[in-house]
Amino acid sequence: MSREAVVVEGLTVVTSPAGAAVVRDVSLAVRAGEVLGVVGESGSGKTTLGLSMIGHTRRGLAIDAGTIRVDGTDIRALDHSGLRAMRGRTMAYVPQDPGTALNPSRRIGSQMAEMVRAHGRSRDEARDRIAEVLADVGLDDPARIVRAFPHQLSGGQQQRIAIAMAFACRPRLIVMDEPTTGLDVTTQRKVLETIRDLCASYDVAAIYVSHDLAVVADLADRVAVLYAGELVELGPVDEVLYSPQHPYTRGLLMAVPTVESARRLVAMEGSRPPMGVGRTGCAFVDRCPVSTDRCREVHPDLVGAGSPLHHARCLLTDDAAGREQVSLRPVLGVTTPMELGAEEKPSVLAVGDLRATYGAKAVLHGIDLSIREDECVAVVGESGSGKTTLSRCIVGLHRSWTGEISLGGEALTPGVRNRSRTSLVRLQYIFQNPYASLNPRRSIGNVLMQTLERLSDLDRAARYDRVLETMDAVALPRRLLNSFPDQLSGGERQRVAIARALVVKPKLLICDEVTSSLDVSVQASVVGMLRDSQEQQSLSVLFVTHNLPLVRSIAQRVVVMRAGELVEHGDVAQVIDRPAAPYTRQLLDDLSRFGSSHRLDRVDAVADSSTTTPTDGKAL
Amino acid sequence: MSSASPNTAFQLRRFEWLHVLARAARSARGRVGLGLTLAVLAVAFAGPFLAPHDPNEVGVVPAFAKPGAGALLGGDSLGRDVLSRLLAGGWQIIALAASATALGVVIGAIAGIAAAYLSGWTDNVIMRAVDVLLAFPQIVFALLLISVLGSHLWLLVLAVGLSHAPQVARVIRSASLDVAERDYVQAAAITGVRPPKLMRQEILPNLTTPLMVETGLRTTYSVIIMAGLAFLGFGFTLPDANWGYMINENRIGAAVNPWAVFAPAIVLAVLSVGVNTFAEAVTRCALTSDPTTRAALEAGEPVTAEVANADSGLSDGDRRLT
Repeated sequence: MSREAVVVEGLTVVTSPAGAAVVRDVSLAVRAGEVLGVVGESGSGKTTLGLSMIGHTRRGLAIDAGTIRVDGTDIRALDHSGLRAMRGRTMAYVPQDPGTALNPSRRIGSQMAEMVRAHGRSRDEARDRIAEVLADVGLDDPARIVRAFPHQLSGGQQQRIAIAMAFACRPRLIVMDEPTTGLDVTTQRKVLETIRDLCASYDVAAIYVSHDLAVVADLADRVAVLYAGELVELGPVDEVLYSPQHPYTRGLLMAVPTVESARRLVAMEGSRPPMGVGRTGCAFVDRCPVSTDRCREVHPDLVGAGSPLHHARCLLTDDAAGREQVSLRPVLGVTTPMELGAEEKPSVLAVGDLRATYGAKAVLHGIDLSIREDECVAVVGESGSGKTTLSRCIVGLHRSWTGEISLGGEALTPGVRNRSRTSLVRLQYIFQNPYASLNPRRSIGNVLMQTLERLSDLDRAARYDRVLETMDAVALPRRLLNSFPDQLSGGERQRVAIARALVVKPKLLICDEVTSSLDVSVQASVVGMLRDSQEQQSLSVLFVTHNLPLVRSIAQRVVVMRAGELVEHGDVAQVIDRPAAPYTRQLLDDLSRFGSSHRLDRVDAVADSSTTTPTDGKAL
Repeated sequence: MSSASPNTAFQLRRFEWLHVLARAARSARGRVGLGLTLAVLAVAFAGPFLAPHDPNEVGVVPAFAKPGAGALLGGDSLGRDVLSRLLAGGWQIIALAASATALGVVIGAIAGIAAAYLSGWTDNVIMRAVDVLLAFPQIVFALLLISVLGSHLWLLVLAVGLSHAPQVARVIRSASLDVAERDYVQAAAITGVRPPKLMRQEILPNLTTPLMVETGLRTTYSVIIMAGLAFLGFGFTLPDANWGYMINENRIGAAVNPWAVFAPAIVLAVLSVGVNTFAEAVTRCALTSDPTTRAALEAGEPVTAEVANADSGLSDGDRRLT
């Protein structure tokens, strides 16, 4: 029997009935015991590719061409019952959100037993197997777990259940779709360790779909990079992430913040091409910094690049001179230092002994915080730490609090309704989700003009000039003035939301997880733009996030929160390099990151990989 | 738009609901619904001018005469021409039903949005009042008002409209709860917009789909209740024809000339089915083309929405209305 657990050849998935290709002509193979990371921006087709490997397509999509062999069986030739027999036993799936994948009204034990027994085990065998696999995924007290309902378990425990169900019938292939995205870093780390161990001990091939390059660097043996539905680079993780051969991979990596050092994040220009548009040349040509005329005419093949196991779909990697040209561009680890001014300036915002409640539940227990002029202060913490409540109290959207909040010397009332217009102008807020923060019925121009109309005394012409000025500042093309939010990309929408805040020239900007729903490259451009606006006008920023590496690249000071209390605060470099609180240390330790010393269970990986072959026996 | 001529009036999607209606009218289901509705409306409003006889002329044919050359649908209890009475007896019921619907939807929508956005005690007061009103069957509520205040046309409209308002308020409240929680409403609130303006400018425009569907549904009920009240003899002056009372006055002779009863019953049924079918078409259409629904889809599941957009190939140009 072949060692290859799954072989995909020439796979093309199209929208049905329109026929636009979502995944085009993808070929790859994954061996038993190997973890293949599939990365790419949203809309790159990575989830579609993952699902099609277990013979599933979402509604509106259809597999158009190609073969998928799982454990030697061509699953495209199977009918429904054939596929059903293979699902669970030969191939399994771990969804992104286990909360919605588990039936809330049934006990864990009965849900798992149903799955195991469907593949021909007796009741007793099933019970034994469940106990065994629950122990394997590191859940203590399996007896309690099987009697529990899903809501009685934490997010991490639920995800372990989903993983246990996937492994229960000892499949040959497991597809995981961002299984740790919703989890806190500490939980994420433990779940990743579990996945890693199980894949090795069960000798199962795993496809790990993720947008998080650091997690993939931590976990995977090999990486497949997708762009516009095409496989643009494929190779061992150390080579792809430390010596990328495709300009797109390189662009992605340059946009990723690292916790080790502050760097100016570089965003790729443009946006991905629309789905299904026929093209002759390279899909990436419009955004490629090193493209040539030939790139527009010739569609590149996936060819060997650097080492025998490393492939890239780029004309430039074909010849040595071209490779040189691509490789010369700076990547990870090469940092452009940023000057983060640390002058002592007067304070803009002072928060004293802030205590907030939701009903009878106290969520903030006495927070003290101050922000100086032109300063960016990051608030980090895991979900439930109260960081969003803190920002909502300041802006006036959360009203049940006691304590003091003063903005430029003026005390702020709890509700927004009693605040003076001056304080409304001075304090602006940007919401987390740009898909929800813009009224779908208002054009961009209307939103910006109206905000100014309410909060300034400018006449119509002056308002219009200010709107244009602000749009230029956030790099929004003026032609979008009459567009509606649903005609814009996620990055453009977040720029509109930022423009709406900046158009009144505030003193303090509160950003609540503003980049967490954006792709890394878009995140880089939004962060860059925020920093530019900070330099151009006197502006302080309170940047709320769970993303520690990003903090390093944007803030001067950082505040760490946990369960409604301040755990630690200080200069970014000091807190990240020499954390004083055990909790901060824990957060930093559990962070998935690039770099050799930190790999999950790998001995060593070297950045200079062109001469190194992976030492790990499990890699190809 | 060029920066040289600052035309600073930017687009709002104020009339996009018309666009949704137009799309619904082009769908197969919508065509059937609209066709049936328009046919009945044509009969009702053009009918009075087309009637072959004076609808109130007694003894055109013998009482309950069978359909024949003199009277295509036969005669009624007083020997009047059923066809003429059918043609003349619709417009009043439909006009009253439409007014009552408009009144009910306006009052209900205001109450529903206010309850959802203001929450707290306002919500409690409004919704408990709604509960009390809902405890009465609609027709009993209308009869109660009419029997106390007398039988007037304006009272009919008021009574039926008021009896709709609680039901509309419930539906619109639950739809607004979703919209009121959205970030763009809060974003407007923190720029100091007062609640009435906020409800009108940020919430209401995003409720056009439930409002359209609710209006269709309430129209059907209004027609039925108006016809029912007419059947019971309220509000309409005799001997003028109306579909509801025609059923009542001719039922004694239904065995002799069933058309005198069936004809008005059939037009009422066709109208209800037509309006309902069209409302259903609007619902289905709005799911894919209403920007509020789309935004909700995208907020939850960006990728799915992208796929959905790619599917409807024409949506991009289609979406832009003005």
